[in-house]
Amino acid sequence: MNQPVLQVDNLAKTYTQYRSELARVLSWTGLPIEPIAQHCVLQGISFAIEPGEAIGIVGQNGAGKSTLLKIVTGTQQPTTGTVSVNGRIGSILELGMGFNPDFTGRQNAFHSAGLMGFSQAEIESVIDRIERFAEVGTYFDQPVNTYSSGMQMRVAFSVITAFRPALLIVDEALSVGDAYFQHKSFNRIRDFQQQGSALLIVSHDANVIQSLCNRAILLDHGQVIQDGKPSAVMDYYNALIADKERATVSVKKVDADNLQTTSGTGEAIVDSIALIDATGKPTELVNVGDLVTLQVCVNVRKNLPIMVLGYMIKDRLGQVMYGTNTWHTQQAVKDLSQGDTVTYNIQFSMNLGPGNYSVSTALVNAETHMDQNYEWRDLAYVFEVANVNKVKFAGSAWLQPVIEVS
Amino acid sequence: MKSLLLSAWRYRYFILSSIKVDFRRRFVRSRLGGLWMIINPLVQAAMFALILSQVLSGRLPDMSDNKLAYPVYLLSGTLAWNIFTEVINRCLTVFIENSNLLKKLVFPRICLPMIVTGSAMINNLLLLGSILLIIIVLGFTPGYNVIWLPLLMVITLTLSLGIGLILGTLNVFIRDIGQIVPIVLQLGWWFTPIVYPASIVPKAVLPFMRLNPMYWIVQSFQNAILFNTPPTWIALGCITLISLVLLRMSLILFRRASSEMVDVL
Repeated sequence: MNQPVLQVDNLAKTYTQYRSELARVLSWTGLPIEPIAQHCVLQGISFAIEPGEAIGIVGQNGAGKSTLLKIVTGTQQPTTGTVSVNGRIGSILELGMGFNPDFTGRQNAFHSAGLMGFSQAEIESVIDRIERFAEVGTYFDQPVNTYSSGMQMRVAFSVITAFRPALLIVDEALSVGDAYFQHKSFNRIRDFQQQGSALLIVSHDANVIQSLCNRAILLDHGQVIQDGKPSAVMDYYNALIADKERATVSVKKVDADNLQTTSGTGEAIVDSIALIDATGKPTELVNVGDLVTLQVCVNVRKNLPIMVLGYMIKDRLGQVMYGTNTWHTQQAVKDLSQGDTVTYNIQFSMNLGPGNYSVSTALVNAETHMDQNYEWRDLAYVFEVANVNKVKFAGSAWLQPVIEVS
Repeated sequence: MKSLLLSAWRYRYFILSSIKVDFRRRFVRSRLGGLWMIINPLVQAAMFALILSQVLSGRLPDMSDNKLAYPVYLLSGTLAWNIFTEVINRCLTVFIENSNLLKKLVFPRICLPMIVTGSAMINNLLLLGSILLIIIVLGFTPGYNVIWLPLLMVITLTLSLGIGLILGTLNVFIRDIGQIVPIVLQLGWWFTPIVYPASIVPKAVLPFMRLNPMYWIVQSFQNAILFNTPPTWIALGCITLISLVLLRMSLILFRRASSEMVDVL
């Protein structure tokens, strides 16, 4: 193959903190001023991207993904190491950046393409293509402040992809506008890839990474800890998250707006919870339709006459997908004494659509938790369902069809 | 240094279109648009003319019989000062105001000060045009020495760009600068003979005043428009030299700072 599109060599980024900003300014003059703190966000990053490759970058918040992208695009400078780019970089991180609401779509298209470094004549030659692709009709010659946010995204996406870049950086913001336009923009991105553009995709979405990428890079604490097949890297990534969850206390932030809340008397607690796949290994990434076992170990802290375990599986919006308890199944455990451990193995087929789900558990003494609530735990476990080998489908239930066409 | 200018040249279309955008933006929402930029200094000059002309018009050298002399004197000084402060003030905040662009997009950062300078230049050419129009309508005919005005404007621009770029770069790191500079400029305005003639300044203070490069620049504007005499070439030559040194320094500072600029924005 020919030269790589992007070659990153031993890249490191350190944010330095000086006693005061004045000290920083004076340090440029060559005075011997020592910074008081150095904060290393990236270190020893090396990888290369060949033309036509699609690489996913995954990592937890704060792993250094955005900093890496900023350095690759060139807005930030690496502290040490080199980034060499062979060709132009297009970036969908900055959709609609630099748009002025008082100007028309056309004027803004000219302006932002100019910001990307194209000459008037070059923009002139593609402006019709931009207009056609955006499909905003006569709005193209109306001020952008009359646009809906989706229309603005359409124009912005059309401008950014008007010229085929050697490397296209795509982040989660790819959900541009409605489903129709999303489809259209994905097609354009795939076309670029077929014509030899490399893709660099940042996402938390295992589905996106696994369906689009042929390689994934896992960043953690500023270092590349995995670089390989997307499925393997995603497994590792999920294990990493699970590890983190186990290490934290009972009330914690699971993500931006979800708090895991635990309530109850604490007379019995869920000691551990895991989803176990067919091979007997704990997993957080489940293929649609796979047979899994939800294993819940309960630690009894006081003598209890009766204990019922209830659980619910909720989607990311908190809607209950399924829930039941051992009262209904007539499996309530009786006469427990302090220090007992009860293990529940709940086997079921993962007949859910792709997405993120959580498990809530409840330990009670009867049908509902109103009577005596030993422990109630929301977001006790988080897992992801991905459609690896089933036909493509929409929705949150897997209703395997047999379609006869006659 | 060469690469800095070369990259700016590659982005010349963007710089030009940004200046156009900047100019057009002011007309989109308001009826008088860009005219507000020149109405402000003109009203200020009119206020001073109204209040101080009785006191000061007799004090202008060789002009005691000319009623128009003081307003013209005021307007000339106002033009010079307006170029100086507009470029400095806009360079001061240019990187902070565009922090979003700087953080997300890759383009030669030197474009930004060039855009604000260009747009300030257009404003001041409009101001120059209206000042000349006003004084001609009032009945004052400037002499042939007005031909020096374009050169004077370029020197003023170079000086203020050098100072503005240094302050603007530092302002990204030390935000106090953004607060101090307007105060210093306000003081500078009173310590430069714009509303009053240099002749009423006490003899002991005058040598200090002459250390201020704007003293000479404002004086050259007044000479060119009102007194119809050529600029003081020696002083102006020194100022040009200082301006070029400042500009060079500002570019070195800018290059040093630009790698860390995005880190702190």
